[in-house]
Amino acid sequence: MASPTEQFEIRHFSDPFFYIGGSPITFTNSAMFMVLTVAVIAGFLLLATSSRSIVPGRWQNAGELLYEFVADTLRQSAGKDGLVFFPLVFSLFTFILVANLLGLLPYSFTVTSHIIVTAALSLLVILTVIGYGVAKNGVKFLNVFVPSGVPGWLLPLIVAIEVVSFFSRPVSLSVRLFANLLAGHIALKIFAGFVAALLAGGVAAVLSPLPLVFTVAIVALEVLVAVLQAYVFAVLTSLYLHDALHPGH
Amino acid sequence: MAEAVKTGAEVAHEVGFPPFNAETFASQLFWLALTFAFLYWFVSKIALPRIGSVIDERRQRIDTNLAEAAGLKAKAEEALAAYETGLASAKVNARAIAEETRARLAGESEARRKVLEQELSSRIADAEKAIADTKTQALGHVGEIASDAASAIVERLLGSAPTAVDVDKAVKSALDR
Repeated sequence: MASPTEQFEIRHFSDPFFYIGGSPITFTNSAMFMVLTVAVIAGFLLLATSSRSIVPGRWQNAGELLYEFVADTLRQSAGKDGLVFFPLVFSLFTFILVANLLGLLPYSFTVTSHIIVTAALSLLVILTVIGYGVAKNGVKFLNVFVPSGVPGWLLPLIVAIEVVSFFSRPVSLSVRLFANLLAGHIALKIFAGFVAALLAGGVAAVLSPLPLVFTVAIVALEVLVAVLQAYVFAVLTSLYLHDALHPGH
Repeated sequence: MAEAVKTGAEVAHEVGFPPFNAETFASQLFWLALTFAFLYWFVSKIALPRIGSVIDERRQRIDTNLAEAAGLKAKAEEALAAYETGLASAKVNARAIAEETRARLAGESEARRKVLEQELSSRIADAEKAIADTKTQALGHVGEIASDAASAIVERLLGSAPTAVDVDKAVKSALDR
């Protein structure tokens, strides 16, 4: 029986092209699925925008639905001026969504099950928030840490809490996505492993449908999680971007 | 199979938990940066402007069509109002014409009636006059007839005719009584 964590291994498909900080840069299964993810998104969007007619066809309708969905999410969370971040939120949502869903295919690799990937994406969000917030609001951006309407004597405590919560955002953002995907795939692998183990176990084979049913149920759950986590990431990104646009709550 | 399991476990043991294997971080970050940068470029420069322009165009088309429809509706209502005022004025005109005609006809018949009445009354007067004339004429002859009759009666009674003067005198006195 293969280890449940084997599916997360990075496999090198090439010799190192070059080294960054002593680490080899190779084409890996992870890289392949990142490329595949972007190819799927780009292919879908090209298909959706090929005709660009007033009365949309199927693909165009799907593309417009996706567009409106992400735009509405961003508008509700970050306000109307939040639409300057539309390409970023759209890219993040589609990238995570497609990477999650591709990861559910048998024998595939889940890009988002690696903490370094989710951490990089959430750092991108937080750095965008800080960079844009400071560039747009200057020193006033520090109002993010000072909620209005708090009595003076309570302020130091509140500010401390706000600072901690602000800087724990990228951690929670990345760990939430990573842990959800990782746990789901491990659970899938373990239950599927039970099926194989029971089948090989003689009389115990009669029990094998049980974990199989569980596996099917978990696959359904994982599809839900894959979509939900992409949505959660997009919503939280929009909420954090709201701070960059309107510091001081 | 057993061998593959062993090697898999060995690899896992060797590198530990794969997501925490720092050796692969640089490579993953490199490819993530590459692919995500391309995705961002593609989304922001090509896909979203295309979809956005289509949606905008459709919204504009719908708006202009709605505005056009509203304009046409207003025009139709205007035409309806014009038609209704036209109809109302035509009704008023028709009523006035009918009234006028009735009044004219009534006047005409009244005048004709008057003329007729006058004519009739003048004819009646003529006739009355003729009757009166005839009557006086007849009455004038009464004396003569009476005189003739009286002289004839006297002649039969007395055998001789009285003089005309005496008869006339007697008739006159009898008539005057």
